[in-house]
Amino acid sequence: MPAAAKGNTGKKPGSRIAVGRRVFLGMGVLGAAGIVFGAKVQNILGNAFGSGLGGLLPGGDGFRIYTITGSYPVISESAYRLEVSGLVHNPQTFTLADLKAMPSTSFVQEFQCVTGWTVPNVHWEGVKLSDILDNAGIKQGAVALSFESYDGADSESLTLDQARLPDVIVAYRMLGAPVTTEHGGPVRLYVGPMFGYKSLKWLSAIRVVDEVIPGFWEQNGYPVNGWRDGSTGPTDKSLS
Amino acid sequence: MDDVTTQIDAVPESAYRILRFDGVQRAAHWANALLFGILMLTALLLYFPSLSGVVGRRALVANIHVWSGVALPVPILISLLGPWGAQMRRDLRRINVWTSDEVKWLRSLGMNAPRVVDKFNPGQKLNAIFVGGSILVMLATGSILKWFRFFPVSWRTGATFVHDVLAFAIFAVVIGHILFALTHRDAMRSMIKGWVSEAWAARNAPGWLREMKATPGRDELP
Repeated sequence: MPAAAKGNTGKKPGSRIAVGRRVFLGMGVLGAAGIVFGAKVQNILGNAFGSGLGGLLPGGDGFRIYTITGSYPVISESAYRLEVSGLVHNPQTFTLADLKAMPSTSFVQEFQCVTGWTVPNVHWEGVKLSDILDNAGIKQGAVALSFESYDGADSESLTLDQARLPDVIVAYRMLGAPVTTEHGGPVRLYVGPMFGYKSLKWLSAIRVVDEVIPGFWEQNGYPVNGWRDGSTGPTDKSLS
Repeated sequence: MDDVTTQIDAVPESAYRILRFDGVQRAAHWANALLFGILMLTALLLYFPSLSGVVGRRALVANIHVWSGVALPVPILISLLGPWGAQMRRDLRRINVWTSDEVKWLRSLGMNAPRVVDKFNPGQKLNAIFVGGSILVMLATGSILKWFRFFPVSWRTGATFVHDVLAFAIFAVVIGHILFALTHRDAMRSMIKGWVSEAWAARNAPGWLREMKATPGRDELP
């Protein structure tokens, strides 16, 4: 055995190597490489297999489910109401059937969180927010929208200009099916050009207001204008 | 193993007990374990949709996770850097420096057992190094996710991936660590009470026992 050991390693049996430091630094280097190149690897894998790096790991089909209250608000499709009020000529209350009766738009776009997790190729369908605003009739002096959620705690904001972008919709279908409760169903906001937290879940009310009122996550340090760095935006070619 | 312990407990303790972990090391270990526990529990809530819905309160859970993470290096650094950290520093050196025999164990993926086991066997050394490296990488990637404004979006995506993959590895290693502890009661007791029996050391760490006997007073119970 001693002879074999000598032959294999070419080192004296008593020699000592700083393995700890090497493994520790090696983990650091691997981690740094993952940070810098992980997104590129994700793009390559996404193009090849139709799923990002998140798809390699078990659990959650890539989505992290955010809810800021103790549970999900559960709203039946028949009980659902969307109230549009504030600086409008015709305050309105929509049922889900009302929304589905309006012209619909659908497109495929990635859902990207401000903290980096991304779900590629998500199917979205609903009513353009600009159509809802046109129906309500915006009054003079209005500059922004304030969104409220059925959870009673979450809120969001958009300027009128942002709200009129073509991939900003009131969505009632997502991932090819009605929006599930955990994803904010029966109706949620989807703000395509911006990070995920702008896409308010369990949408209950849209108030047209004369100033931008920062929403929940914006009061917790997220940017009020959550543009996704131009990676995809209002001119995204996947829009139809 | 239980028989040996019983026999040894029947005779005067001082002659047969050797200090394996001093109070500073034990305090650091259990503070670290508590933080890992909080981090792993909150990680489950943040990651798995089915669990996210049970507890909710995303902002609160995320805050507990982040600040436990920031605190993670503190017990280890305090135990290493203070004047009280002599044994911690000695053991860190033991963990860092491997014999060629132990490197062979690593290269053979655990098939070739080293001939002489020091205070820690190479698996224990690797566990400790992995925990240290994990703290480094999780803290770096977690900081990018928490203070995302200062980093490009592609880095945030990469950091999320690294944070997630390493989290899965950490769960596997920590579960393995706990299973080893529960099936090796003498070793676990040394992390609770500090000492091991001389008979245990003769079986599991003969190199260390020889060293202890050659340098009386060091690492021994007072």
